[in-house]
Amino acid sequence: MSSGVFFTYLALMAGVTYLIRAVPFVLCKGRIKSKYIRDFLYYVPMAVLGAMTFPEIIYSTGNFPSAIAGLAVGGVLAFFEKSLLTVAISASGAALAVNLGMMMFK
Amino acid sequence: MSNFTKGLRDGIPIALGYLSVSFTFGIQCVAVGLSWWQAFLISLCNLTSAGQFAGLGIMTSGAGAYIEMVSTQFIINLRYALMGLSLSQKVDGSVKGIHRWFTGFGITDEIFAVAMGSTDKVSNRYLYGLIILPVIGWSGGTVLGAAAGSVLPEVVRSALCIAIYGMFLAIIIPPAKKSSAVLRVILTAAALSCCFRYIPGMNKISGGFAIIISTVAAAGLGALLFPVDEGEQREAQA
Repeated sequence: MSSGVFFTYLALMAGVTYLIRAVPFVLCKGRIKSKYIRDFLYYVPMAVLGAMTFPEIIYSTGNFPSAIAGLAVGGVLAFFEKSLLTVAISASGAALAVNLGMMMFK
Repeated sequence: MSNFTKGLRDGIPIALGYLSVSFTFGIQCVAVGLSWWQAFLISLCNLTSAGQFAGLGIMTSGAGAYIEMVSTQFIINLRYALMGLSLSQKVDGSVKGIHRWFTGFGITDEIFAVAMGSTDKVSNRYLYGLIILPVIGWSGGTVLGAAAGSVLPEVVRSALCIAIYGMFLAIIIPPAKKSSAVLRVILTAAALSCCFRYIPGMNKISGGFAIIISTVAAAGLGALLFPVDEGEQREAQA
């Protein structure tokens, strides 16, 4: 990628991300009137993470067995409401264990 | 303890969490051909997980996907607009004028959650303290990951790439347990996202737009079919 293309993408990414954070925070003195918009915004974080996680998570490690192991361990720990850090590291650890196991028994 | 110091202290666990996830972002950046300083700049200027991982995918698809980049970042980060609105009700009189423009940069899922969890209204000194360590953790972890990416064996690197999705699971599963509406919205979004991957024709749509369409459809349906009980909404954001 040329540096011109990189900086264009960087400026667009950072600009949109910054403005979407700062502008409502700076401008808002009251409360959004539309109940529908408030509810829509309430569901957006969960919907976007659901769409980003599935099906991508099963391709994330490059092979299915390790990804399924990471998904299973991460899913169970998340279900028991462990911290973000614990869940993230344990999912990676499970994927690593399967990767190493596959190397050993190949 | 001053407000600033209290903010710093509250930011330590966030910074540690960011260090590990941004580490995998750094690894992924060098894996797709960016250099460490490009990875560092992305993390320093964006300070966000989901948006950066999605943005990296769009960048590597080549030049010219500018509209896709803008709309993807807009949708993925739309939640920050909601958080900014909530946070604007939580800050005291010191967070005004230029301070809003500065502290607004630091609105992330975790910083927002900690600030909202404070019993009193929060001041600008507290917010600056709260934001600074996570920024250092996020951009520093990215550089470490970019540096380690070329040193760590492939078997470790590939396993680390699932960390970000593990973090997403930790964010979405607990609220899905408590609310069947949230669960249904998540399942709808995930099902749509799978359709965009596997159904011939639909899989011609690029990844960024697939996420946008899945999100807007699932959240839009959710808002239509399961209006949120406002008491529950406040509790979920606390």
